[in-house]
Amino acid sequence: MTARETILATVRANLPKPAVSMPEVPTSTDHSGTEGGVGWRRSLDDLGEVHDFPDEGESPVPYFRRHLDAMGGRSFEVADAAAARAKVAELFPDAKVVCSAADEVPGTRRIADVVDPHDLADVDVGIVRSRLGVAEAGAVWLSGTDLVVDALGVLAQHLVVLLDPSAVVPTLHDAYGARLDLASSPYGVFMAGPSATADIEGVVIYGAQGARTMTILLLAADATGEI
Amino acid sequence: MSRPVDAAANAALFIADPAHQETHDRLVWGMRQHRDKAVAAIPEWERLRDLASKLKEHTLTHLDRYLEQFEANATKRGAQVHWARDAAEHNEIVAQIFLDRGARRIVKSKSMLQEECGMMPYLAGRGLEVVESDLGERIQQLDHEGPSHIFVPAIHKLRTDVAALFAKNLGTDPDDSEPHHLAEAMRQNARPKFLRADAGMTGANFAVAETGGFVVCTNEGNADIGATLPKLHVASVGIEKLVPRARDLGVFVRLLARSGLGSAMTQYTSHFHGPKPGGELHIVLVDNTRSARLGSPEFWEVLKCIRCGACMNTCPVYRRSGGLAYGATYSGPIGVILDPGFDHRKYGELPFHSTLCGSCTEVCPVKIDVSGQIAKWRRVIASEGLMAPGESIGMKALGATLAHPATFHAAEAIGLAAIAHLPRAVVDNPLNPWTKHREMPTPPAETFRSWHERNRGGA
Ligand code: SF4
Repeated sequence: MTARETILATVRANLPKPAVSMPEVPTSTDHSGTEGGVGWRRSLDDLGEVHDFPDEGESPVPYFRRHLDAMGGRSFEVADAAAARAKVAELFPDAKVVCSAADEVPGTRRIADVVDPHDLADVDVGIVRSRLGVAEAGAVWLSGTDLVVDALGVLAQHLVVLLDPSAVVPTLHDAYGARLDLASSPYGVFMAGPSATADIEGVVIYGAQGARTMTILLLAADATGEI
Repeated sequence: MSRPVDAAANAALFIADPAHQETHDRLVWGMRQHRDKAVAAIPEWERLRDLASKLKEHTLTHLDRYLEQFEANATKRGAQVHWARDAAEHNEIVAQIFLDRGARRIVKSKSMLQEECGMMPYLAGRGLEVVESDLGERIQQLDHEGPSHIFVPAIHKLRTDVAALFAKNLGTDPDDSEPHHLAEAMRQNARPKFLRADAGMTGANFAVAETGGFVVCTNEGNADIGATLPKLHVASVGIEKLVPRARDLGVFVRLLARSGLGSAMTQYTSHFHGPKPGGELHIVLVDNTRSARLGSPEFWEVLKCIRCGACMNTCPVYRRSGGLAYGATYSGPIGVILDPGFDHRKYGELPFHSTLCGSCTEVCPVKIDVSGQIAKWRRVIASEGLMAPGESIGMKALGATLAHPATFHAAEAIGLAAIAHLPRAVVDNPLNPWTKHREMPTPPAETFRSWHERNRGGA
């Protein structure tokens, strides 16, 4: 028997009994009721630490920004593309190579001109537009389609991500449950803040291997499109 | 045959150095406290744990179907799926993939499964140069040690240890132990290695049957560098990593980092579905005792583990003894219940390296009764000791026991009787130096299985 046949046969023979049925899994953030639905405050008595999520209809953006801060990232509201360009220039005055996958901020190198990911080794600032943010972790989804060259997200010394405030959902249930088509490109990553490590005596250090900083520019997109 | 690990003696060495012991305890307990804060912010936490547990139980009780579904979908996306019965087959498959394609320089991100398989020394023996890309794992590689913790592998080291190690290996200033400087030195050293790598290796935290892709969680983004730069990506995936659907990831990813580190997510949660254009993606599905455990009514629940590390952080024994004391790939409570399944004789003492305080069970995000599992392993070890005293205890005996549930139940019953009726001298020695300082637990009047059958029978 091949390894495949042996493993599958053993698994089949050894399946634990009785079989457990598939539970119902949330596909959106549940704001219903005071009994503690997904992402909801339990009751007024618990308001000490537990008012972390927006109420139904409330904008998740302030929550997104607070969690992003906690993950070591930062965010700015910018009014338009010109303001976004100015912000990048202000934040990274010494940047030589600004490689962009976003139309609003062209930078010095267009990602479309990059053939080999190794050519991104000298990028000081990478710029990309995310089409989905998750408030509970300050995370942004970057797919291969967004990045154009996957390695842009990890090789750039600093990363700037444009995000439409209306593209922020409360929790991962909303993201995985409905918004994302995971398999639409071979690579996709949730980034929650910059690259980090706590491997030496638990000291949190940003810029371990990937991006040293993560900056989100909140800027509406004309059309968000399919993710 | 490898010698039994004497965890108590190893721990005594670690405890003898107060600086290491106290720092380790403080840092690891700190992660537990972060976990509590993160959990308090999620009112539906218990509901999530319940869901995660049920999802894993559902998957494991239908694992053959989900494995086939995963394989079909991964193949459809252009990945090449391989199957490995054990560590040796896994290592051979991986080496062959690299050698056939002329890949010599490989960067890997942390994978407990690859540790479990002893892959690094094997690949080195085949002439392959493999560099760890995770900072903590690289520290351990330079120091020729295994990881002492699931996600902070060098947490038992002081910054001065790292400074000395880097001075020797990377030429840094031995007197500069500032963690930022040390991390920067490693970043500078690792980059060129990333850029010239022929292939990248990762493990997987979750594999999604519905989509045929898998998810890797890291904080450094090191898996992403290894997987997005070279054209060749090889991933080792334990067969218990399956989850049915994309939506299920919402449950598990919400639990994983909060349980382990106390952060809402890992900084990078990376998804791989098929090869990059012009590249190759190989997925090696590894059994290595998992399918045998699946057949053990007493021990299959350990396959639910998502390797979050919460049980390690909360464990009073782990916190004081350090992970290396366990002398095994997996340490802490999860190690205590996994390791004896690989080598019964070598890791026979580990189930006694516990106070059975139950804290691990409390924090486990997939509701494994970790301390209950530890108690069950004690019974197995004790009963095996009774049936095959001294040198003849071997992993063969365990293999047979695990493989034949009926034998196991008999053994388990004998084990209970043994603990209840043996004179103390026999229980304390030679099974268990741990009992020098404490009493053996009172064994339950009946086995879990017989209780279960009586109370839940026919359910
Ligand atoms: S046993 Fe539970 S707490 Fe321990 S590592 Fe596994 S999932 Fe986490």
